Amino acid sequence: MLEIKNLHAEIENEGREILRGLDLTVKPGEVHAIMGPNGAGKSTLSHVLAGKPGYRVTDGSATLDGVDILDMDPALRAANGVFLAFQYPVEIPGVANMTFLKAALNAQRKARGEGEISTPDFMRLVRAEAGKLKISQDMLKRPVNVGFSGGEKKRNEILQMAILQPKLAILDETDSGLDIDALKVVSEGVNALRAPDRAFIVITHYQRLLDHIRPDVVHVLSKGRIVKTGGPELALELEAKGYADFVDAA
Amino acid sequence: MAAVKETVDQVRAIDVDQYKYGFETDIESERARKGLGEDVVRFISAKKNEPEWMLEWRLDAYQRWLTMEEPTWARVNYPKIDFQDIYYYAAPKGTAGPKSLDEVDPELLKTYEKLGIPLREQAVLAGVEGAKVAVDAVFDSVSVVTTFREELSKHGIIFCSISEAMREHPELVKKYLGSVVPVTDNYYATLNSAVFSDGSFVWIPEGVRCPMELSTYFRINEKKTGQFERTLIIAEKGSYVSYLEGCTAPQRDENQLHAAVVELVAMEDAEIKYSTVQNWYPGDKDGKGGIYNFVTKRGDCRGDRSKISWTQVETGSAITWKYPSCILRGDDTKGEFYSIAVSNGRQQVDSGTKMIHLGKRTSSRIISKGISAGHSQNTYRGQVKVNRKAEGARSFTNCDSLLIGHDCGAHTVPYLESANPRAKVEHEATTSKISDDQLFYCISRGLGPEEAVALIVNGFVRDVLQQLPMEFAVEAQKLIGVSLEGSVG
Ligand SMILES: Nc1ncnc2c1ncn2[C@@H]1O[C@H](COP(=O)(O)OP(=O)(O)OP(=O)(O)O)[C@@H](O)[C@H]1O
Ligand SMILES: [Mg+2]
Repeated sequence: MLEIKNLHAEIENEGREILRGLDLTVKPGEVHAIMGPNGAGKSTLSHVLAGKPGYRVTDGSATLDGVDILDMDPALRAANGVFLAFQYPVEIPGVANMTFLKAALNAQRKARGEGEISTPDFMRLVRAEAGKLKISQDMLKRPVNVGFSGGEKKRNEILQMAILQPKLAILDETDSGLDIDALKVVSEGVNALRAPDRAFIVITHYQRLLDHIRPDVVHVLSKGRIVKTGGPELALELEAKGYADFVDAA
Repeated sequence: MAAVKETVDQVRAIDVDQYKYGFETDIESERARKGLGEDVVRFISAKKNEPEWMLEWRLDAYQRWLTMEEPTWARVNYPKIDFQDIYYYAAPKGTAGPKSLDEVDPELLKTYEKLGIPLREQAVLAGVEGAKVAVDAVFDSVSVVTTFREELSKHGIIFCSISEAMREHPELVKKYLGSVVPVTDNYYATLNSAVFSDGSFVWIPEGVRCPMELSTYFRINEKKTGQFERTLIIAEKGSYVSYLEGCTAPQRDENQLHAAVVELVAMEDAEIKYSTVQNWYPGDKDGKGGIYNFVTKRGDCRGDRSKISWTQVETGSAITWKYPSCILRGDDTKGEFYSIAVSNGRQQVDSGTKMIHLGKRTSSRIISKGISAGHSQNTYRGQVKVNRKAEGARSFTNCDSLLIGHDCGAHTVPYLESANPRAKVEHEATTSKISDDQLFYCISRGLGPEEAVALIVNGFVRDVLQQLPMEFAVEAQKLIGVSLEGSVG
């Protein structure tokens, strides 16, 4: 599904290289966890895949179902099924959460040549998904992320994912800031979306999340490269020993 | 073509000004000579079949105007206006309109399309020549107007053109015209008093709640009003009216200078709600062309407990100079001003309000949202003045500016003048930018850059949009999106 080869990317203004020859292959239906020290380039990878301005790709490729996504407009990437749950979700004053969701969904449907969703269908969909994530009606009416607690923001990201039904979902530290109950709710939300034609990249610092969302593959990202790949047991090993062994290898 | 004939007759029957709909009339003869002089004022008055006192009124205004100077305090720049180079009375739409939609500026058509205006109506708005299109559109309107009129007259409401009011209800016009905006109020108001061509007149009798928004009529009427409109609305004791001015479809107009005057009078316990959507031609990307919109709008809360509320969505014109104001004369009166002013390209907006607290326990509320993009300049200029005797007066101002891009400007110029130390006058102001992170957040969810800006801006103006009547709010929302196109790289 996702095929990243020798990806090099730098910060546009500084010319500092952050991703330095990163390779990653994710097959449909799989969940990959990416772990790694602060500043390793995990968020940068997610931004580059989602098309955030401010980065320059200097080498390598990233294809989704064989289509190069790095040259695509970010909005088109979204319509093609790329979704990023942000490490730091952004506040948009005055725009009701519901309005935002509907605008996003319809924009994607339009880009794919599908018709707009009817209001009743949309309401049903949102109610059902919000219910699963324990998101209140009130939160749906409030402006996007404004005054939301850290955990509420993260749950809201998962709600967006559930509504938009992406092919490839990248969750950047969605677990940080969640209390134990919220972690469960969010994990269940993610697990419910696991499907044979959908893949996840879960960026996290903690084994805890991986108890709830069982990954198929675990990677260690250090200094802009994948330096170690293993099964779920790798996360346990990291938890016990830290990154020291792998970071030196990079 | 019997239906067409019938339509034409119906149109003729409803308004003496029917020639302006663009039927086969000799338009040349309807035009005053170029420039301004006593003869032109007389010509206009004669054309309108006005009573003698009206002509005197106009001539007096003209004489006073000659002694006045153009104001320069607003934060706007434009080349000096040659007042002798303007036609003060002409068929308001260009005499040689496009022959068909193929000849209409494609940019304009694109905008119509985005606003969801049917093709037939597009042709009318763009001023395409040809009776077929015009008659069809007029046909629709005739029935609407007639039904409206019947319904309104049942309640004793007068709603007509101001020219008609002068002839049919001279005592009302005489009593109220110029009573809120005096002839010599300001340069443009004085000019308007001398040469105004038409506008609307509304009178709501005591205790009557106007059963509909007075709007649809105006959309049609809009075509007829030239550059100097004059509107007068009077709400008698305990009455209520909501008036919508404007058309949400952008209109090309060759008239550079628009100087309208609107006067509102609210008697005891009466309420007037006046909403405007203004999107005259803003000029091209480089600031060529576009309307100079110099408007004087003022409401007088003359009776105790009366209320006047202004809501405006300003997206058009090259220059906007406009301060809808309230004189809170009666005790316990309320004035409100809700404004959205969007500027893009090279537009210049200097707009705001004046709240003059004279009566006891008067209160005013000002919510202004300015959005600047491109190379535009957007100034909020507001005055809150509390008279010594205005015991218990309260005023609240909230003034937010949103900047899009790096080349535009937002300015806030509040004047607070309180002669009553116990008055409670509050002022809040913020300036913010649409952040790259906000934009990317929206875009990463599939919205195009322009959709993203429109969504964020509509969030920013939500408080004010909510003040507009429902269907108007929806149109205004679309309009804001359209006006901000090209504001993101
Ligand atoms: N826009 C930017 N401008 C300057 N430096 C940046 C920018 N984005 C990322 N960086 C730098 O790139 C490096 C990688 O950052 P990134 O956010 O990808 O790390 P991370 O692996 O997600 O870390 P964490 O675990 O703390 O979230 C850091 O040194 C960071 O300071
Ligand atoms: Mg990170």
